[in-house]
Amino acid sequence: MSISIQFFASLREITGQSQTTLSYEPSMDVLIVWAKATNNMVMPDNTLCAINMEYVKTDAIVADNDEVAFFPPVTGG
Amino acid sequence: MPAHLTNKAFNPWDEIQRYQDGHLQSGHYGATASFVGTMRDFNINESVSHMTLEHYPKMTQHYLDKLCLQCNQQYELDDCLIIHRFGDIYPNEPIVLTVAWSAHRAQAFDACRYLMEELKSNAPFWKKEVTDKGERWVHNDIINNE
Repeated sequence: MSISIQFFASLREITGQSQTTLSYEPSMDVLIVWAKATNNMVMPDNTLCAINMEYVKTDAIVADNDEVAFFPPVTGG
Repeated sequence: MPAHLTNKAFNPWDEIQRYQDGHLQSGHYGATASFVGTMRDFNINESVSHMTLEHYPKMTQHYLDKLCLQCNQQYELDDCLIIHRFGDIYPNEPIVLTVAWSAHRAQAFDACRYLMEELKSNAPFWKKEVTDKGERWVHNDIINNE
């Protein structure tokens, strides 16, 4: 009963971690996951979020065994 | 309809020829449109010695595969191809290649641009440039319409 959390690019540096895990709790949304995983850091503006490799908004509900990712606006290409 | 991620330098023209020879039906396509994004040695008036392109491997592959499939259907292509670098990249090295093959030019042009615009907007890559003043993450507001 856990979820994995990934941080990329500047958010990895800001939070000081590339990945962590949390115990799963029902009704937990992405914003709560961020708060628990970062010890209540303020989420930077324009942070993008994904659950299981699909973009979601911060109010998306997380399921057990999900992979949640946080990263800044993308700059590929 | 493949999307390839690589940490090695690649020759986009060789890749187009190789893919075309190996996967396209000879005589069926009449238009090939391609875009190559190449690393510059400057950005916002500063010299850039190299950059590191970070990505979210599982999501990047998932996203680009889905983009190729969707583009192929939307523009009724014969095929399309994306190759994107990650890791350390130096000036004059190609960063990205998008190619669209179709019966007629309109679909090929439009699809090639669509692949690039969607990729730049959504594919989870992040550039970190190294300049004389140190390292910096590239933000959308300092990309300068590259």
